[in-house]
Amino acid sequence: MNTVSTSLDERFRAAAAAEGLLDVAYDLVEDTPVGTLLVGVTDHGVCRISYDADAERELEELARLHGPRVLRSARPVDRLRRELDEYFAGRRRHFELEPDIRVVPEFNRRVLEQLARVDYGETTTYGALAARSGSPHAARAVGTVMNRNPVPIVLPCHRVIGANGKLVGYGGGLDRKVLLLRLEGAIL
Amino acid sequence: MAVAIPPFETFYERHKDEVMAFLGRRLGRERAEDAFQETFLRALRAYDRLEHGEHLRAWALTIASRIVLDDFRRRRRPTGEMPELATRDERPAFEELAPLTDGLPHKERAAVVLRYGYGLSYDEIGAALGSTGSAARQAASAGVRRLRKEHA
Repeated sequence: MNTVSTSLDERFRAAAAAEGLLDVAYDLVEDTPVGTLLVGVTDHGVCRISYDADAERELEELARLHGPRVLRSARPVDRLRRELDEYFAGRRRHFELEPDIRVVPEFNRRVLEQLARVDYGETTTYGALAARSGSPHAARAVGTVMNRNPVPIVLPCHRVIGANGKLVGYGGGLDRKVLLLRLEGAIL
Repeated sequence: MAVAIPPFETFYERHKDEVMAFLGRRLGRERAEDAFQETFLRALRAYDRLEHGEHLRAWALTIASRIVLDDFRRRRRPTGEMPELATRDERPAFEELAPLTDGLPHKERAAVVLRYGYGLSYDEIGAALGSTGSAARQAASAGVRRLRKEHA
């Protein structure tokens, strides 16, 4: 039978990445405390972390945003996979791999850049983040930016809560926000 | 409206088994593996320059058939012998065609091989070659005329 063996398939996927031919390399990171993640990386860093991903839709969107050469390839994702493992094991407090948010609209990018400065184990509020982004009245818009964060966990939108101390919401579901904040010791 | 170009992953998953089967029949398992990787690397190098997502199957098979022909030519040169084909398949015509068409101009060769060796429609071949169905038909018949003359 002339079918594509697993090893040939993996060899091609590794070669495609090694030759620098991919706009986005992605893979699944399975069995994390927050479920299976679909993660995508470009030459510039991590561009996507998705909960409960509908793979087909994710690929279409990655192709639209970053270019059509989107391919599953394990090796380019290994570094992020390792950093996530360490994070979930409580052994890592920040990520070395840069987020790639070049395709994010200007306002969102400004907010996400401020979000990146909220430390492990800390929390901030939507209003405070809006103020730090130079738009003090935009707390609600900041909520929307958090909801559309392309790289949750690495850009820690789980650390943003309501002014009254309520957790408010989370793109991946409130249970995950609680889990991440507990992991970091920000809440009991 | 033009068909959108799918993410490469989708293209690859959709056509990899057929490309591998095609290459396996032409080259045998071992050489087919290298040719498989080369086919999809070539496709990937050209992928962001595609203008639409139509006829991608024909496009993939065209790349694969070029690699088969390159492989034949490379192996033929030292001895001048015809390549030994590892397996027979349901389209033996191709196995005779592929080495015979080596001397044809590029477009005619591709058109003849895809039409008579692989049974693609002229529209598919035209799209794969970046021209039209009727241009593909002309290229194929010009190629056949030339073959008849050469092998008369």
